[in-house]
Amino acid sequence: MSDFTTTIGLEVHCQLLTQAKMFCRCSTDYIGKEPNTLVCPVCLGLPGSLPVLNQKVVELALRAALALHCQILPQTLFHRKNYFYPDLPKGYQISQYNLPIGIDGFLEFYSQGVRKKARIRRIHIEEDAGKLVHEGAFLPPGTSGVDCNRCGIPLVEIVTEPDLSSPEEARDCLMMLRNIVCYLEVSDGNMEEGSLRCDANISLSSSSLTGVKVEVKNMNSFRSVYRALSYEVERQRKLLEEGKPVFQETRHWDEIKGVTVSARGKEEAEDYRYFPDPDLLPFSLKTEMIEEIKSGLLELPLEKEERFMTQYELSQGEAEILVQDREIADFFEDTLRNFNKPRMVCNWIVTEVFRNLKELGTTISRAKITPSHLAELLKMVDRKEISGTMAKSVLEEMFTSGARAREIVTRRGMALINDEKELENIVKEVIEKNPQSVADYLSGKEKALQFLIGQVMKETRGQADPELTRNILIKVLSSEE
Amino acid sequence: MKIEEFKDFTIQDYHHLLEEKKISPLELVNIFLERIEEGEDKIHAFLFVNEEKAKNEAREKTDNWPEELPPLWGLPVAIKDNICTQGMPTTCGSKMLENFVSPYDATVVERLKAAGAIILGKTNMDEFAMGSSTENSTFGPTHNPLDLRRTPGGSSGGSAASVCALEAPCALGSDTGGSVRQPAAFCGVVGLRPTYGRVPRYGVVGLASSLDQAGPITRKVEDAITILEVISGKDSRDSTCAPYPPFSRNEIPSLEDIRKIKVGVPREYFSSRVEKVIGEKIQEALGKLKGEGVELVEVSLPHTDYALEAYYIVASAEASSNLARYDGVMYGLRVEGEDLQDMYFETRTLGFGKEVKRRIILGTYSLSSGHYDEYYLKSMKVRTLVRKDFEEALKQCNLLITPTTPSFPFFLGEETQDLYERYTDDIFTIPSALAGLPSLSLNCGYEGGLPVGLQIIGGPFEEGKLLGLALWLEKLLALPSPFPELKEGRGQ
Ligand SMILES: [Zn+2]
Repeated sequence: MSDFTTTIGLEVHCQLLTQAKMFCRCSTDYIGKEPNTLVCPVCLGLPGSLPVLNQKVVELALRAALALHCQILPQTLFHRKNYFYPDLPKGYQISQYNLPIGIDGFLEFYSQGVRKKARIRRIHIEEDAGKLVHEGAFLPPGTSGVDCNRCGIPLVEIVTEPDLSSPEEARDCLMMLRNIVCYLEVSDGNMEEGSLRCDANISLSSSSLTGVKVEVKNMNSFRSVYRALSYEVERQRKLLEEGKPVFQETRHWDEIKGVTVSARGKEEAEDYRYFPDPDLLPFSLKTEMIEEIKSGLLELPLEKEERFMTQYELSQGEAEILVQDREIADFFEDTLRNFNKPRMVCNWIVTEVFRNLKELGTTISRAKITPSHLAELLKMVDRKEISGTMAKSVLEEMFTSGARAREIVTRRGMALINDEKELENIVKEVIEKNPQSVADYLSGKEKALQFLIGQVMKETRGQADPELTRNILIKVLSSEE
Repeated sequence: MKIEEFKDFTIQDYHHLLEEKKISPLELVNIFLERIEEGEDKIHAFLFVNEEKAKNEAREKTDNWPEELPPLWGLPVAIKDNICTQGMPTTCGSKMLENFVSPYDATVVERLKAAGAIILGKTNMDEFAMGSSTENSTFGPTHNPLDLRRTPGGSSGGSAASVCALEAPCALGSDTGGSVRQPAAFCGVVGLRPTYGRVPRYGVVGLASSLDQAGPITRKVEDAITILEVISGKDSRDSTCAPYPPFSRNEIPSLEDIRKIKVGVPREYFSSRVEKVIGEKIQEALGKLKGEGVELVEVSLPHTDYALEAYYIVASAEASSNLARYDGVMYGLRVEGEDLQDMYFETRTLGFGKEVKRRIILGTYSLSSGHYDEYYLKSMKVRTLVRKDFEEALKQCNLLITPTTPSFPFFLGEETQDLYERYTDDIFTIPSALAGLPSLSLNCGYEGGLPVGLQIIGGPFEEGKLLGLALWLEKLLALPSPFPELKEGRGQ
């Protein structure tokens, strides 16, 4: 057995969040649309049509490049990547080539609690191709069609250096990358719907062996990135240990079988005959534009995480969970504006709020609850107007009906009983009904007290003030002795 | 009215007739349709005559005669068949697009229509504008109306022939390396290649994107001005189109200022390659200018000899990529094959002619890795040198005058022995195209019934000066406009 070092680099394609396509004014909202309904002469590559660059594309790509600490090249241009395929109407893809929008950046992320850094080799802009369709109402059996709705949708390709040393790290790096593009509203980062696509290069090497790069494609979720790369590590390790060669090739991840399969037949290196697209002029990125975008850059996940840790005294774990979704992080901070107890708000969000969201299958932005409403509820808990248990049930209703906490509590008559006389009467009743527990408590079994408190809660349908109940119980029991 | 009466008409003259209601758009269209009917079996300038729609359009206009007439109102115009016209064929002279009907209008067509023009039809051309004789058209060559045995030139040969034979009062062509000017020269008419970026390319089917420019082919310089005013100006659909307003005749200097223009005569354009008579005719014209007090200076464009090679490499490279879209998948010709690869092969083998294939191969080769630096990149460098040549020359003068072509129109069907020889026909029109400069060809005399083209080249966006000089020179030369009898032989 020898020790192998795993080396992984990622190539991530991100669909940019623009309204219009990259070179025409067709809509990018293609999901669920009938084939070839979002097309025009330009994205269909009809004779005579010409591309005109959507400036929003440059802005979004620049935003991503700056967030990834890339060096911005002062002048850049588009090349044509020439190849034949039915989903490519022009016979070439318009893409940046040797002058990408950003180079030499880096990305920081946490993996298993440790802070890591992956260098970014380049980030470039390119257009998406169409989609081959092999079945559908409009297709005669045995034929294929091309859906051009996706043709010309703007993408950025982000390429990391091979700085990742395990499948976990690759997954965590990708998650951070997704987080960043979502934060910046550069992309919606949806892997299932294909707006974020990830390929990986992976090789195993040892002191005596140089690694052979294998490209893994077709990984459609963070989980499949992790699984595919883990599989690949094992596959390559086994080969190397048996003294067999690893071939430089492209392999496809089969999600169902849980294996990577060699994509044979496309081994020969294609010559794409790149040359500057004469239909588009080279363009320069003015310093003012770069500065403007830089200054408008929103706080990035890792920065936010660190600020949450210092400003609100949260643990790294707590902060990390909150910042994973920018909307949640914003919700957290908005709640604090009306109820400034960060720990408590954090706990409620990561447990109860998350649970409700999951049960309703929704997101915080679509949910009926607002930060000020949550603050109001937590204030009531904090002032002991209602118990935690009550608050959980109130929160549930807030999620379903959108009503405010105070309203629900009043309607249900749920105000906390903190009248000492009233509680004492209930306590006495409970003690009478539970002689065994009383005896247990008196003989030193602390647990029995908890049971008795529970009984009081049951009698009051949870409305008894827990602290007060406890104190009264102890007081009354001590007089029993 | 009879077609002969229009022999010396300018667009302005038609406009006045229409303004005075002395003729209706319908009558006008009918006169030209008749002329087409009469001449086409000899000339074959048109691939498609828009008879029905043109008549309907003209009838519609006749019924709704506005108070104020737009500049081209009711005027029939012929369009080269690589310029997209909605609802009409746009074949580019290729089998590949034999049945292609464009769903949209090119910007230039849109602008012509908006100015009131009526599209008369689509004119013949060398396949995908590759060639200078129309012999590379899948649909057979066009004959030179001045001598039916000869070529009208190309690739816009159909447009030039239609204007020469007065089958159309004016036409649009496209010029990549001389495709407007050379046929204009061969047919004794006016051809203008505007500055690259002056006229939108949207809808002009790309041969070589960095070189293509649409331009007018007309009977008089005055008409080139009118058409340029209509078709030029920025276009939000073409990034390479300059963000300038349309050309205006107000940019043309006064005659007084034109007289002060210094004319450069590039030494390299008067070499032994030029047929003697052509050189003499140009010198005669220059003599006339000199007689009027215009200062002539000899200048040098030292990289002229390399321009040809650079042009064929750059143009072929761009063409190889621009023509990749004709793959049988979405539109145009498809020849079924056993599999996808096979379908590509069959379709492109049958769909493209010899010259197109030759240039695709040449272009693909010069872009492929390992050859890119040696060919494409080097050619781009030569292109820069050629541009600098002109910059230098135009520091010593305002405009350049050269022959448009080194020789007279050759006979159709003449065995092309040497391909290189054929390519050198464009030797005088290619350099200014590479440099993106405005250039115009104007008839400066006949020799045995065949016209001699004189080329004027200007600095970027200096069409004003260029057209000013052309107008004046045209007046000084006082040559009759062609009105050929369409006989096999020589005759004006
Ligand atoms: Zn489109």
